[in-house]
Amino acid sequence: MTAPLHEPAAEAAPNAVEEAAVAGTAAKAVQGRSLGRIAWERLKRDKLALTGGVVVLVLIVVAALAPVLAHLYGQDPDAHHENLIDPLFGTPTGSLGGISGEHWLGVEPVSGRDIFARILYGAQISLLVGFLSALVAVVLGTVFGILAGFFGGWVDSLISRVMDGLLAFPQLLFIIALVSVMPTSMLGLTGTGVRVFVMIMVIGFFGWPYIGRVVRGQTLSLREREYVEAARSLGAGRLYILFKELLPNLVAPIIVYTTMMIPTNILTEAALSFLGVGVKPPTASWGQMLSNAIDYYDSDPMYMVVPGVAIFVTVLAFNLFGDGVRDALDPKGSR
Amino acid sequence: MLAYLIRRLFAAAVMLVVVVLAVFCIFFVVPKWAGVDIATSFVGKQADPAAVQAVREKLGLDDPIYSQVWEFFKGIFAGRTYAAGGDVTHCAAPCFGYSFRSEQAVWPVLTDRFPVTLQLALGAAVLWLVFGVAAGVLSALKRGSLWDRSAMVVALAGVSLPIYFTGLLSLAIFVYGLKWFNGEYVPIDESFTGWLGGMILPWVTLAFLYAAMYARITRATMLEVLGEDYIRTARAKGLREQVVIRKHAMRSTMTPILTMLGMDLGALIGGAVLTETTFSLPGLGQKVLDAIKNQDLPFILGVTLITSLAVLIANLVVDVLYAVIDPRVRLA
Repeated sequence: MTAPLHEPAAEAAPNAVEEAAVAGTAAKAVQGRSLGRIAWERLKRDKLALTGGVVVLVLIVVAALAPVLAHLYGQDPDAHHENLIDPLFGTPTGSLGGISGEHWLGVEPVSGRDIFARILYGAQISLLVGFLSALVAVVLGTVFGILAGFFGGWVDSLISRVMDGLLAFPQLLFIIALVSVMPTSMLGLTGTGVRVFVMIMVIGFFGWPYIGRVVRGQTLSLREREYVEAARSLGAGRLYILFKELLPNLVAPIIVYTTMMIPTNILTEAALSFLGVGVKPPTASWGQMLSNAIDYYDSDPMYMVVPGVAIFVTVLAFNLFGDGVRDALDPKGSR
Repeated sequence: MLAYLIRRLFAAAVMLVVVVLAVFCIFFVVPKWAGVDIATSFVGKQADPAAVQAVREKLGLDDPIYSQVWEFFKGIFAGRTYAAGGDVTHCAAPCFGYSFRSEQAVWPVLTDRFPVTLQLALGAAVLWLVFGVAAGVLSALKRGSLWDRSAMVVALAGVSLPIYFTGLLSLAIFVYGLKWFNGEYVPIDESFTGWLGGMILPWVTLAFLYAAMYARITRATMLEVLGEDYIRTARAKGLREQVVIRKHAMRSTMTPILTMLGMDLGALIGGAVLTETTFSLPGLGQKVLDAIKNQDLPFILGVTLITSLAVLIANLVVDVLYAVIDPRVRLA
């Protein structure tokens, strides 16, 4: 029986309606749309989120290819151009902070280093710290969240209390404090390397409870589901249930929280560098450029606007994309 | 209610002890593992070994960790005495030690700077609560309207802007360009208008950032709450829409907002590092940053502890407010 619903014959026999409805859904299901596919199709319709996603992609490419791009552009981020600086005021000669065909976004006061080249290199630090610290948080948060939710009892109590405690800590201050007491060389890393490593670990460490709480909550409700029961009755071990049954169902919330965490981490990195505890000069970073710009906000406002806009655009793009991903993966979402 | 309060107080006390321990570890144990010598950083870069040894004795850095922790605790609650050879210094409670750089006692400096930070945090909080929550509620009620869409665009931009950028921009425009404000901190007892003129920009920029965040969360929570059954029930029994929103929906919407407020306010009271740096406000945040740059551990430690205490107190207050707003909490 495959009569479509709208045929009059169906109206006559109530049973037929039911059967037809079942057949109808079956026919639709043949097209086989997975959850990921549905989410992707929703995301494709969200213009703002897509724009954000494209900007994010461009930024990743820019960061990865920064040395190549700077070479093509023809400026070294560390080369000084004192000839472009007004010796009396220390600010760039020419209008708008020395913008010219050679220096697209002008040059820094005093040293005359090219701002565009430094922005390119700054993207490397921002994205590297943003992504890797989110990764640290996701790994820790998923492992501890799933353990707390799955085992319950004292394991859950302990992990939950630790998460509550970490969330109640004044994070920025602790991050600043930790970053500043770390040594200048460790694990074979020195200079910028060690700074970046420490920032990734510390920011990631303070971020995991956000993911951990969500994963724990999801695990708590998922572990009571029939399919977990079924797996258990078939003799599946704990590890199998954890990784093969539960983890795949936790992927959606984890993705959502990760995309929302990256922009926050980028802002934290910029803040640390702004405060002078992030990467050290001469390595370029956006936060550090802004902090140097404080002294010139009246005489050379462009110096402050460029890195500020760079941070703004990056974080905005991630936020737009993150909002879109959340809406796409979570149909209940209210926005 | 009383049992609930006692339980919360007890939890807060435990947290405080944990925080003190954590702070102590960050400053005295972690550097040790990482191979950094505190006594050397006290004395300075060109330290002669004898001076370093004297400092180590005076601060008790060679004692076992547990006795160092004990001395540290004792110092905070009962005061402590530093002694090395004939050199004895008594430090009254609450003792946070002495600056590594200027040998000033830490505590008086902190109490001196605390009011500035408090003014900044409280003023901004009032602004962001009023404007953020109002914008969020209006957006939720007029979902999809022009107001909703523009408010949410502004809010999204707001959460993507770092405070030190908006702060610098506002300084460039309103202080340097238009010359509306003087852009300097003036104590309130010196000149009220000067104080107001100096605080308005920091308040507004700080509040803008948080208002954006609160507007987004308020809107999302409100929309969720409006979909709940009890709201439908309230409407069905013929209550006016205004009453439904004000008495029924707002109550549930406010609980997550309060949680956030507790954490944010607490963290800010302990030092709005970024805002204070941007606007050169002489508060705790600026002090801690100076201390970090000079590797002045006792100050960093003191501010970190005060901040943690502020967060704990703010959370405690929020927990109590929770119980007032939501009767279920009292029974849980």
